[in-house]
Amino acid sequence: MVLLKYLFRNIFRHKLRSILTILSVSVAVLSFCLLNTIISAWYAGVSASSAYRLIVRNAISLVFSLPISYKEKIKQISGITYVAQGNWFGGIYIEEKNFFANFAVDSETFLKLYPEFIVSENEKKAFLMDRKGCLVGRKLVERFNWKIGNNVVLRGTIFPGNWEFVIRGIYRGRDKSVDESQFLFHWDYLNETLKKTSPTRADQAGYFIVGIKNPEDAAVISREIDSLFKNSLAETLTETEKAFQLSFVAMTEAIVIVIKLVSFVVIGIIFVVVANTMNMSVRERKNEYALFKMFSYGNTIIFGIILGESMLIVLTGAILGIILTFPAVKVVGDILSVYFPIFNLHREVIYESLFISFIVGILSGLIPAARSIKINLAEGLKWDL
Amino acid sequence: MAKLEKIIEIESLYKSFRKGNQIIPVLQNISFDIMDGEFLALMGPSGSGKSTLLNLIAGIDKPDSGSIFVQGIDITNLDERTLSRWRSEHVGFIFQFYNLIPVLTAFENIELPLLMMNLSAKDRKEHVDFALSIVGLYDRKDHYPKQLSGGQQQRVAIARAIVTDPSIIVADEPTGDLDKKSAEDVLNLMSELNQKFGKTIIMVTHDLRAAKYAKSMKYLDKGVLINGSAEIFI
Repeated sequence: MVLLKYLFRNIFRHKLRSILTILSVSVAVLSFCLLNTIISAWYAGVSASSAYRLIVRNAISLVFSLPISYKEKIKQISGITYVAQGNWFGGIYIEEKNFFANFAVDSETFLKLYPEFIVSENEKKAFLMDRKGCLVGRKLVERFNWKIGNNVVLRGTIFPGNWEFVIRGIYRGRDKSVDESQFLFHWDYLNETLKKTSPTRADQAGYFIVGIKNPEDAAVISREIDSLFKNSLAETLTETEKAFQLSFVAMTEAIVIVIKLVSFVVIGIIFVVVANTMNMSVRERKNEYALFKMFSYGNTIIFGIILGESMLIVLTGAILGIILTFPAVKVVGDILSVYFPIFNLHREVIYESLFISFIVGILSGLIPAARSIKINLAEGLKWDL
Repeated sequence: MAKLEKIIEIESLYKSFRKGNQIIPVLQNISFDIMDGEFLALMGPSGSGKSTLLNLIAGIDKPDSGSIFVQGIDITNLDERTLSRWRSEHVGFIFQFYNLIPVLTAFENIELPLLMMNLSAKDRKEHVDFALSIVGLYDRKDHYPKQLSGGQQQRVAIARAIVTDPSIIVADEPTGDLDKKSAEDVLNLMSELNQKFGKTIIMVTHDLRAAKYAKSMKYLDKGVLINGSAEIFI
């Protein structure tokens, strides 16, 4: 008990130094958690991917479309449940800064393929009944203060013109991994309008979403789909939804690597700061450790006292940093919501930061502790006031 | 009543320190006995080797050669672990600068040496309370060192030295940092420990007034023990 008191009270012997060290650790942990949350947000699409979905796109590039007639051919392959076509619409709401993802989709089938998009039956029915209806995510509705029945006009960039929509439904994610900031409308509305305005662009899908019965068949079905359109004018590239999402992340992988690197530099900084504090503390208290040795305290106890102090400083800072991370993630998430619609602090990040802090706590105290047990008793007992 | 049994026998003790390539002899051929219940003052000028000799007797340091028998055990032959245990059981230490831990109360400081002994919390409390009552600081047991005067801190250090009931108490300049009144109080207390509780005390000092509280004196000069009465040399 006395030794525990000694350990705790030691932390506040130099209040300013300890408080500054704890704050440094908490800022570092906060940065680590934020940076890793950004990385998670980067991979949000990948995390939300389902093994039961494949994406079929033009083998040359996603920029090129596929004939809608492919849909029926794909449906014929065994092991497939549903096929829905979709197009990236790229519409702008009032001005560019209001960016959000908007897609023209085969609505009814899309909702069957994405059961994680939760929408009430009434709203779903209203959405499916209205050709100009749209289904928007909860976060998007909150962002623009929209309500059901509101008219929304998107300025088309890929498909020029002003496109009018009526909000008929609001979807929520089944869990936190679902992007609640998408804008979905009927592919038929897009296609019929194109037939009138630019007929050459009609009956073209940007991609197909293919539902499969068994994820284990994904590779076989993918090969089968691609072989179906081999040597055609528009060859396909079929991959799992996860692989499709990863191909987007791969384009910006360098940024992710830099962020990861910075997060580990931050950990290095914590280590240096705490190791320095512990080194100073132990050097100042070498007489006390000599006293302990004189009273026959074993090296393990002295080691434990020093490591305990180091751990206590680091873990206090880490816990404070984690507590501060929650509001920080909320603020940063709101600011970056346009770029990262899913910006959630994951448990894994918290556990990782705690684990790393634990290791840093041990490593920081290790060298000072090793030095303290080597103290020459006669030298160590020479105290100066 | 004086006891005549030898408690410490020092034989042909040599100790030197290395400074770079140079070897500096600190103690040379020291031999003498200390009787049980003695209050010995070790005197000498700065650098004469008296603190080194005290450290050797207390088992804090090891000699280059020679032997120190304490109650029949040659402590120079004990391994580190055994020596450490022996030290905590048989020797109490009093330092010039008290060596109290500032973040622990007087009670906790005194309790420190007991924590490594197989004693219950109740037994430890009894020991500490008794030591505090001997030094007259029972009412200050919850005070931190900085809340106590120099004299009171030294009395806490004395309580810590006696709490394990050691047979030998070594004191290195115990009054060196105290005013005259506090120094007298501390020396009276040490005399009481010697006379009333029969503790063998070895005190290093360069203060003749302090040395006068001792029953006998030894004088060291340049690492050599000078025979004769210490007053002659001061």
